[in-house]
Order: sequence, then structure tokens, then C-alpha cells
Amino acid sequence: MAPVLQLKSITKRFPGVLANDHIDLTLQQGEILALLGENGAGKTTLMNILYGLYQPDEGEIWVREKKISVHSPTDAIRAGIGMVHQHFMLIPVFTVTENVMLGEESLRYGDFLDRPKAAARIREISTKYGLEVDPDTYIRDLPVGVQQRVEIIKLLYREADILIFDEPTAVLTPQEADELFEIMRLLVKQGKSIIFITHKLREVLEVADRIMVIRRGAVVGETTPKDADREKLAAMMVGRAVNLEVEKESATPGDVVLEVRDLEVANDQKQIMVEGVSFEIRAGEILGLAGVQGNGQTELVDAITGMRRPTSGSIRLLGETVTYATPRKFTEMGSAHVPEDRQKDGLVLSFSIADNLILNTYYKEPFARGVIRQEKAILANAERLIEQFDVRTPGPLIHVGALSGGNQQKVIVARELSRPIKLLVASQPTRGLDVGSIEYIHSQIVKKRDEGCAVLVASSELDEIMELSDRIAVMYRGKIIAIVNAGEVTKQEVGLLMAGVQIDLTDAGRKKGRVKVESTF
Amino acid sequence: MANQPDNKQKPEVTKVLLEEIIDSPSKKKGRSGTGQAILIPILAVLTGLIIGAVIIALTTEDVYKAFALSFGDGLGAAWKAISTSYEALFKGAFGDPARIIAALQGDNPIELRRAVNPFLESLVVATPYIFAGLAVAVAFRSGLFSIGAEGQIFIGATAATFVGYSIKGLPPYIHMPLAFLAGAAAGALWGFVPGWLKAKTGGSEVINTIMVNWITFRLTEWLLTGPMQRPGSGGVPLSPFIEKSAEIPQFFDKPIRFHLGFFIALAVAFLVYYFLFKTTWGYNLRTVGANPNAARYAGMNIVTSTIVAMSISGALAGMAGANEILALNRTLALGFSPGFGFDAIALALLGNSNPIGVVLAALLFGFLRSGATRMMLATGIPIDIISILQALIIIFIAAPAIIRTIYRLRAPKIEDRVVVKTGWGGK
Repeated sequence: MAPVLQLKSITKRFPGVLANDHIDLTLQQGEILALLGENGAGKTTLMNILYGLYQPDEGEIWVREKKISVHSPTDAIRAGIGMVHQHFMLIPVFTVTENVMLGEESLRYGDFLDRPKAAARIREISTKYGLEVDPDTYIRDLPVGVQQRVEIIKLLYREADILIFDEPTAVLTPQEADELFEIMRLLVKQGKSIIFITHKLREVLEVADRIMVIRRGAVVGETTPKDADREKLAAMMVGRAVNLEVEKESATPGDVVLEVRDLEVANDQKQIMVEGVSFEIRAGEILGLAGVQGNGQTELVDAITGMRRPTSGSIRLLGETVTYATPRKFTEMGSAHVPEDRQKDGLVLSFSIADNLILNTYYKEPFARGVIRQEKAILANAERLIEQFDVRTPGPLIHVGALSGGNQQKVIVARELSRPIKLLVASQPTRGLDVGSIEYIHSQIVKKRDEGCAVLVASSELDEIMELSDRIAVMYRGKIIAIVNAGEVTKQEVGLLMAGVQIDLTDAGRKKGRVKVESTF
Repeated sequence: MANQPDNKQKPEVTKVLLEEIIDSPSKKKGRSGTGQAILIPILAVLTGLIIGAVIIALTTEDVYKAFALSFGDGLGAAWKAISTSYEALFKGAFGDPARIIAALQGDNPIELRRAVNPFLESLVVATPYIFAGLAVAVAFRSGLFSIGAEGQIFIGATAATFVGYSIKGLPPYIHMPLAFLAGAAAGALWGFVPGWLKAKTGGSEVINTIMVNWITFRLTEWLLTGPMQRPGSGGVPLSPFIEKSAEIPQFFDKPIRFHLGFFIALAVAFLVYYFLFKTTWGYNLRTVGANPNAARYAGMNIVTSTIVAMSISGALAGMAGANEILALNRTLALGFSPGFGFDAIALALLGNSNPIGVVLAALLFGFLRSGATRMMLATGIPIDIISILQALIIIFIAAPAIIRTIYRLRAPKIEDRVVVKTGWGGK
């Protein structure tokens, strides 16, 4: 049978990056093709080309054996291609019907919206594909999983038959993800074809008919769930390790600095994201917190830095109970925090570098006497840290928003690491940074450890966890499912743990401390 | 990339607006950015004056008559209308240069004072704008879009009036400051309430302050027709005159109204500048205003700083009201404010919410308003033209793209602009 979609030799270059390198892709009718690759491998770029958001530098797009050119999402939709974005494109104060018919309104009596007709079609679609949703509810009242269903209905309403799902599970709870997979299976059974973009191994093996692995912009292989297993996919996806070895001696752990017991934390939607988590970190060691994004790491880090109130459990810092302490209390006790989202939480972009470097100590000597700011001390501090942490800037009074991401991160790292601290909590410390900055920030973190600081590094980058950690805690669905010594596990094993898979290791000694996890299949 | 979309996020329009016009890094970017932050207001004023000139020409009957004769006559008449209007505006704002020079050479101090009176009168008109502009600027800097200055001016004036007439026998150096501070305190209370509502309940300060304004207007009305009404005023809503000891002194004899309040305003502007940029409290407020998430991360108390910011803002607006009563009117009448509190919003935008900028913008408003009075007398161009001019200037400030397009200024790079991802933080 003829393929419904063919991408031929798609190439896309961004300044300094080859995002897509002659990629060929074929999609058959009624199949789910998984596009697997790490963050930044070029999956999303490829799909944005297909969806008309980018223009390819080279290559052709064929739909049902007809060459098409896609200059905008409108062209894509006309060709029957629809995309469920990672971030939903819905209007919260509109009903489901209104959202679905937006841009494709059915009318009656001239210019009046024919809501009943649209609602009827939505009901028809939702019965046919098992997409349960009430057309008359407002989007703002729907949980995320159902909002995603509305996105899918939107595509089906426009009669798309090639559906692209871009990291659809990133925002879903595991239960919602399972429901989504059911829907996807039903969709292909009804004749639709799906491209499923992800970097999660469990999902690929669960729903895909065929798997295509992309690494650094190029296709590195194709397989099927039958022929592949997690180890093989992980190896294909990651490829050879990036040579970014951190110079570090083995740790000499001292006293317990941070002790977390039975911690339970909810997110803003009151969903429990961290459940019964216990661990401790000692002075002079780095504990890596590994896990796929959205498994509770963000909430856990928020809780142990005072940014979020735990719902139960306890946190002790240097022997003192700080379960419900404020961020300032943590700072005053000698805890430092490199936040996950540097622009949202860590910096005031419109302020100067100098002002950002005193963000959480601005009220203290030598930066203030009484309530009077000491400009000389603030400036001297900035000049010293810019020099010491190699922040590339024309001067200390440049506003932080004008710096590159790497230099912004250095400002945060300089601020947090330059204080005399006992605990460092670094969340995604190198996300989106270039290799040079990554190396530098890693070396600074290790240096802090060697000075006797307890360090928690939360990262969704497995490489980072493997390189930095002395011990690794793996989080999965809100629980720490294993704490292992970094030297005793392979990257593949941690990757599997991150995917929620229990590894049957024969070495009895290594099994110690490992919690049994129920399989998700 | 894979940022989790926060479902609860409510992008607040006012917040976006604030970021866009007050503190957008695009304005501060490097050298050219700083230059533009100053250049754009200047060009906005210039462009406003040019368009104002066109409107003057279009609304002058003689111009149409002249065009009916010939095109050249028309242009001549238009030029004449514009130049006489703007000349009158200038003389009204700054005084007649020839007369001032003559007075300087002469030996008559009274004539000299009269010659410079238009300039002094402009400063008198600018004074309440300085106080009110500072009030709005403090709120803006703290991330609060307060519309409450007008109500706070009313309550400040009311409190100052009450203290001014009801307490008798105090020496001036106690009574005047007391009445002035009573105005500030009343304004502070009027800022505290919406601030508290915002901080504790999340109620939008925009709505809160507007509602408080209405309550205040009606409250003042009731007071002036009831408890505070001047005995024997014959039903006219007027308060008793304040005691001589409560007056802010004017420096010269009538008709020169120039008074101490102007210097108090400058001193307060300096204090506000010092507070915002040189104290830890100011740093705290500015951080909360610029990025509440980072403020929370840094351990700052957002609830407290919201309430403090609104109270300070209210106090400053209260001073504007007190100043008008104690220095000029000496009695409270309903129509004493021509909308200082609303103009102050525009003023704070024009001054980039910086106390120095606010003072300059207030002076501009003072010159325009005061000059327009003379222009109206001299040319019959209604004073309302100034409102149009002010509106044009504000539009150009709020939409700098227009100015950039007209004058071919390079726009700041897109990637340097902050994308407002969240609203007020919901806390």
C-alpha cells in the first residue's frame, strides 16, 4: 500500500546547528510511528517543518504520493496533517464547542454560530474515537488530560488523518498518559495515521508500531517494539557518551546535612506529585536526583528550598526541622538554590548583574547598612564575582536580560556558590547551555562538594546525573524508587529505572536499598 | 523546551502592560536602549506638538477663508494661526523673554516678578502633578497598576482641610506640617485598603482602586454638604477656610501664587528616588514589581511589600491633595482637582516611573497647562487642545513603535525582550 506521508531528505540548518540532516521518513496508513530522540535531537524541528512552521533548506514532503509545499499550518491542515502541540492552543474561557469550531465555524441564519450543529459533530467524533468530553463545558474547568482530548477532537473535526503528537505525555499524569495511548490505538484502528514524538522509552514500546530513532539531527536507526528492548533503544538514542568527564575524586561524606522523611508534596492543581519520599544527603557528597521530567522532582526541590509547602512529612537541615520554613530561612541557614527556571525564578531580567548578584542577601552586611544600600560594596561584589565566575559581560551594570543563557546561569551560580553554604540544591543546572558553560558549572559544583558542601543535583539529563553524582536517587511517579551508588550502576540501568522498569540484577549486593517497583505493563 | 504549562497562570493584562512600558529591558538595553528611553519621550512630545499644530490650523476659521482665496494665502494663514498660538503657549508657560530681559535691566523688582510670573505659575501647576505622578510611579515600580490616586488626592485634601480649620491656635511650623501630614496619612490609609485587598485576597488593584475612588468622591460630597460644610455657605458644598497657621506660605504678593509646596514636592521626589533606588526596601519593592517569582525565591514577602507600596503611593497622592488646599485654595470645594490623579497615570508612564522622569514630565504638564490658559486668552484656541496634546504624547509613549517608525529608530532585538510568562504569581 502507498504510504500516506513521505518526507524525503529533509534538511534544516540553524546558525551553527544542523538541526535536520537529510532525514527520510515514511508513514503508512493506520500505523503509529514513534520518533525517538533526546532533547535537541531535531524531532520537533522536523515536525515543525512538516507542519509549516519552518521551511526546510532541502527536501520534499509527499502526502499520498503527491508532492506538497507547506508554508503555514493552514497548508498542513488542508493536506490532512494535524498537530497536537506540547502546549495546548485552547482558549480557557470558551467552551469545548467554541474552541473546536474556532476558525472553522458553522453558521446559521447568516452570521450566527451554529453551536448545536458543531456540538453534534463533536459528540459524533467523541463516540467514534472514544474521546469522552462534554461539548458544553468551559476549557478552564477541564483537567489537562481532557484538554488534550479537545485538541485531538479539533484535528478530527478538521478531518485530519495524519496526526502528530509532540511529546504529548509531558504534561500528563501517568494515568492520563495510559488513557491517551488507548485513544491513539483506537484512532489508528479507525484508519488514522500517527507520528508520536517522545524521548520516553516505556511509551514507545507500549504504543508504537514502528520506531525511528533520531540523534543530532540524523536518523540513526529504525526498529519495531518486537525487535527492540529498552537497553537497545537507549543505546541508539544516546549513542556514544559525550566526552565531558568531570574531574573528581571519590567523595568523603561527612555528617548528614539534609534529611527528608516521608515527604508528600502537591502541585498547584492539588495533585500529589511527591509521595512518601525519604533520603538524606551528607556533607561532601553529591546526590543526583534522576527522573523523567514531571515525576515529582520539581515539587520535591521546591519543598526542600521553601518554595512550596509539603502536605506531610518532614525536612531537617543541619539537625533543625525546616519542613515549613520560608525560602529566606533556608538561605539564612546556609542553603543555596539554583532554580530550575532561571528566568522565571532565579533572576530579575530588567535588573543589573550587580543587583541580581545580591538578590537574596541584599538586606545584609556588607550590601546594606540598616536599610541603606551600600552601592560600593554591591559593585565590588559584582566585579569580583564576574571575574571569578567568568561571566562574559561588558560590565556589572548591564541588565541580566541582555546576557546569553549561559552567562545568565553563571550569574545565578556565582550568587549561590559564592556564599558560605552548607547545602546546594541545583535544579537543571545546565539546561540549554553550551558545552563550555556546562563544563564550568559542573566543575564549580564539584568544587563546592570538595569544600564540604552537601549537594543535590536534580536533572533530567542522564549524562549530567552520571557525571556529577556520588549517589543517584531515581524518581518515578512521585516516588524515589531506588538510591544507588553512582559507581555501581551503568547509565542504561539508571535509564531503565527512570522509565519505571525494575531491573533484575543478580548481584545481591547491588540490590540492597532498591525498592521493588510494579511494572507498568 | 519542555516547560510544563502552568494551568493556573492568568496572564494579567495590566501586568503585561506594566512590563511593557515601565521596565522593559528593551528600553534599557545597552547604550542605544538607554538612549531610546530618553529619546522616545522627547520625540513623542515633539510629534505631539506637530500634530497639535495641524489641529490648530484645522480648527481656525481664518485658515479656511484664506484657503478659499488661494493656496498660498491658506498656508500663510495656517502658519500665522500656529505661530501665534504656540507663541502664546510659550509666553504663557515661561513668560515673555523680551519683558523679562527688560525687567532684568530695569530696577523694579515688582515688574521682574510679574515678568517671570508665568514661569512661576507653571511650577505651581506642576506641583500637584509631581506628587501624584510620584504616587503612581511607586505603585508601577512595585508591579501595581493603581488607578487610585484621584481618590487618594480627594481624601488627602479632605483630611488636610479638616486639620487645617478644626484645630486652632497652633503655631504655623506645627500646624502646617500637621495638616500636610494628615493629608498624607489619609492617602496612605486609602492606599492601604486596596493594597491589603490585593495582597490578602488577590482582588485586582485596578478594580479595587477605582471602586475606592467612587466611594471617596461620594464621601467628600457628603462631608461637604454635611459635617464639614461651611456655616452660612447657603447650601454650597464648601468647607470652612483653613486657619492662617495651616497655610503653605506663598512667597510673593498676589497675583503670584508661587509657594513652598513646589520645593516640598522636589524634596519628596528626591526622597522617593532615594527610597526606591538606594534602600533595601525600595530594592524589595522593585524586585516584587519586576519579577514576583524571583522575589519569592529571594525570600521577600510579597504580601507586605504590596501593602507597603500601595500605602506609600497613597500617601504621596494624599500630599497632592493637601498641597492644593493648604497652598492655593485654602478651602475644600468639590471641583478642586481637574483629574490630577488620572493625569498622573499618564505622567508616570511618560516619566518611565522614575522620580526624576516624573518631575520632568510634571513640569512639562505644568508648562502646557499653564501656557494653554494664556493661549486661550490670546488666540481663542480652547484649552482642551492641551488635553489632545497630552493624549497624543501618551499614545506615542505607550506605542513607541509609532515613534520608531516615524523617525526610523532601530527597534530593540526581539530576543532581548522579556516574555511575560506568568501573572502576578497568584500569591
